[in-house]
Amino acid sequence: MDRNEAFAQLREAAVEVLHVDASAVTEDARFKEDLDADSLALIEFVMALEERFDISVPEEELDGVTRVGQALDLVMAKLPASA
Amino acid sequence: MTAVAITGMGVKTPIGLDLDTYWEGLCSGRSAGGPITSFDTSEHPVTFACEIGEEFEVGAYVSAKEAAHLDRVTHLGFAAATDAIADAGDLGADPARIAVVAGTGVGGLLTLEAQIATFVNKGAMRVSPFLVPMMMSNATAAFIAIQHGFTGPNFSVVTACAAGANAIGEAARLIRAGDADVVIAGGSEASITPVGLAAFHRMGALSRRKDDPAHASRPFDADRDGFVMGEGAGFLVLESLDRARARGARVRALIAGYGRNTDAHHITAPSPGGDGAVRCMQLALEDAGLPTSAIGHINAHGTSTPLNDASEAEAVLKVFGGQAPPVTSVKGATGHLIGAAGAVEAIASVLAMEHAVVFPTANHEHLDPALGPIDVVHGAVRPLAAAPALSNSFGFGGHNASLVVVPAP
Repeated sequence: MDRNEAFAQLREAAVEVLHVDASAVTEDARFKEDLDADSLALIEFVMALEERFDISVPEEELDGVTRVGQALDLVMAKLPASA
Repeated sequence: MTAVAITGMGVKTPIGLDLDTYWEGLCSGRSAGGPITSFDTSEHPVTFACEIGEEFEVGAYVSAKEAAHLDRVTHLGFAAATDAIADAGDLGADPARIAVVAGTGVGGLLTLEAQIATFVNKGAMRVSPFLVPMMMSNATAAFIAIQHGFTGPNFSVVTACAAGANAIGEAARLIRAGDADVVIAGGSEASITPVGLAAFHRMGALSRRKDDPAHASRPFDADRDGFVMGEGAGFLVLESLDRARARGARVRALIAGYGRNTDAHHITAPSPGGDGAVRCMQLALEDAGLPTSAIGHINAHGTSTPLNDASEAEAVLKVFGGQAPPVTSVKGATGHLIGAAGAVEAIASVLAMEHAVVFPTANHEHLDPALGPIDVVHGAVRPLAAAPALSNSFGFGGHNASLVVVPAP
């Protein structure tokens, strides 16, 4: 899965779980300020990413993740390289 | 003593989602009992309840995002509270002086059940971070405050089927004590769930009349065989009579008396001879400073279980010395709203005063002769000059709460 494809998937998850418009989900968007996602919503969002990408994201890896692009980086690092 | 006025009311019930429809439903004698549609009941011995259908749209009150993070018990409670606040008009109060007291029996059971299934099927790491804020019994009280910005005293009352009445009574005491200028008080319940239904059935509490659910909830009737689960919410706006008058509010009625006590007998069965209920009614009358002869009608707890109705009838006859005023029960129409029951019933008492009639007990056809000479209003509305009403609520756990509601002066 390339980054564009992964981003499209991530955006779908954000629309569904965070109840935001797809247009608001950009790599620069900040979860708290731009997407109105508090810490609980962020956990729910990560849970949705884990299911969608069949990956596991330990809580400590979320430290410092404030923007959509950072979450995408996290996902990309966990996807099988061959895919 | 400070007189406590009711200046706003809101309901979400199986027979009506606004005050007018609720009142018309009560007067019609119709019952909301029917087959459960919100989940598959094929594994259940009891397959019916009094549900609120899709005509209730939470989207009229909160955003889709907020709704997704609230249990149905809070959807219903917040909606009823918001209607009550709108009914009260401009409160003109300092938000720090506005309190919320919200009752519930079990809180967010629907969410809890779904999340336990998720835990069992998918493991600990799939449990929602919103489970706790959605299921906790104080969620409705908290959310009402968050949305409306009320920063005064705020708490939940959890006394099973008495919670709605206890919430209103405790709220009245906040006003009397001067702890708040306005209190939003009531109760909500949404426990018609697969496990909730099974659990109440396993207690032996529910009617088994599944061939005729519309006639299953029949308080004080000779053929009653248990209660029918209901869901919904009722909220009131309370403030001192002086304050209500000063701001030109419509005073719908007063909460003049409140009694509460506990049987300390059994976790579900009423105390022998209805003794706890007797004392509770007496406490409410003493608090109101009214003799028994002043009561125009009794809005009974009247669940339609063999035990409750027998015990309550005995208690009523003891308190009123055989000269009991007419008795009616909302639950024939709505089923048992558990932690919301006391609130929607207090509201029914106010509406009865405003219309100068007592509504009939839906489905009541033949008085159970074992209950003694109580006068159960049934068949049609009965005209009655506006007079104080006594509204009873008795909860599992032995919790008793009685309210004396009197017409606006």
